[in-house]
Amino acid sequence: MGNSYRVALAGNPNTGKSTLFNALTGLRQHTGNWAGKTVSLAQGNVLYKDKTFNLIDLPGTYSLFSNSNDEEVARNYIVFEKPDVTVVVLDATSLERNFNLALQVLEMTKNVIICINLIDVAEKQGININERILTNRLGVPVIKISARNKKGFPMLLDTIDRIVTGAIECVPVQTTYPDDIEEQIKNIEPKVSELIGNRLSARWVSLRLLDGDEKLLNEISKRFGQKEGSE
Amino acid sequence: MSIPKIIKLVNGEKGNLIRITSLNLDGVMRRRLLDLGFVAGAIVEVIRKSPLGDPIAFRVSQTTIALRKEESSRIEGVLMTDGE
Ligand SMILES: Nc1nc2c(ncn2[C@@H]2O[C@H](COP(=O)(O)OP(=O)(O)OP(=O)(O)O)[C@@H](O)[C@H]2O)c(=O)[nH]1
Ligand SMILES: [Mg+2]
Repeated sequence: MGNSYRVALAGNPNTGKSTLFNALTGLRQHTGNWAGKTVSLAQGNVLYKDKTFNLIDLPGTYSLFSNSNDEEVARNYIVFEKPDVTVVVLDATSLERNFNLALQVLEMTKNVIICINLIDVAEKQGININERILTNRLGVPVIKISARNKKGFPMLLDTIDRIVTGAIECVPVQTTYPDDIEEQIKNIEPKVSELIGNRLSARWVSLRLLDGDEKLLNEISKRFGQKEGSE
Repeated sequence: MSIPKIIKLVNGEKGNLIRITSLNLDGVMRRRLLDLGFVAGAIVEVIRKSPLGDPIAFRVSQTTIALRKEESSRIEGVLMTDGE
């Protein structure tokens, strides 16, 4: 289908991913006030203008370094299944914690929307969030919503639409590391790039290799190894 | 001003606020704790201690996280008395 696009929902546990998923798709994925409810990948469609957005509800995790099965599922989906857009759902009342995962996603893939949820709760707590400043600093759209109250959905859907049509170009900010690490990235990135082409971000893979991430290495050879030459 | 008292998280008492100064572990375990919010500078509160001290629940960056002894005994911080 030419006008169908996959949109993955990622984020920390309990940030309202399934609530958003349910509200947009009309399905009933389990939600509740405890962490770690979403285990398998629920999928559902949203019709918008002339397009179908196929939403994928990823398990909530604090990180995407594949230290648990959930993290591996979410990470593999984002980097290997390559959704057209990855929406990172953040808890507006706990941004410092939530940005750990958000910044990881920005390193992994290009088309990202930072979706700040629970804005109703934040407002009650007197927390003000300037999404314009965040958008400028992060290089990707930042949108405030309240999934439970269905607030902010038109803006979110319109932004997804504008990313998939190419009207918005995402330039996700890349974390800069200490000089010695940057030096090592510079050394191996060209070789990584040669091997994986543009199937994955070479900088991100380089970083993972420097970190000794064998699981990723295995996953890469599993997925790309045999197919070499058949492209 | 008194000399700051450095303690291990495992030795914290219920209600204590501790500002983390160091994590004495590496690899996957270190990464996991960093991801959970146990980073240098973060202030954690001891929420609940089971009789044997394992696990201990901490409040860190607005989330309650339980750590096993193996983990909490390797994190050190400054014990903050009332009002800093
Ligand atoms: N006040 C308020 N509550 C919300 C909002 N969005 C979600 N919630 C509540 O937050 C809780 C967690 O929501 P879920 O949708 O289950 O969170 P999740 O991100 O899918 O959680 P995991 O599957 O564990 O990762 C539920 O009690 C929701 O009702 C919101 O915008 N405002
Ligand atoms: Mg869920």
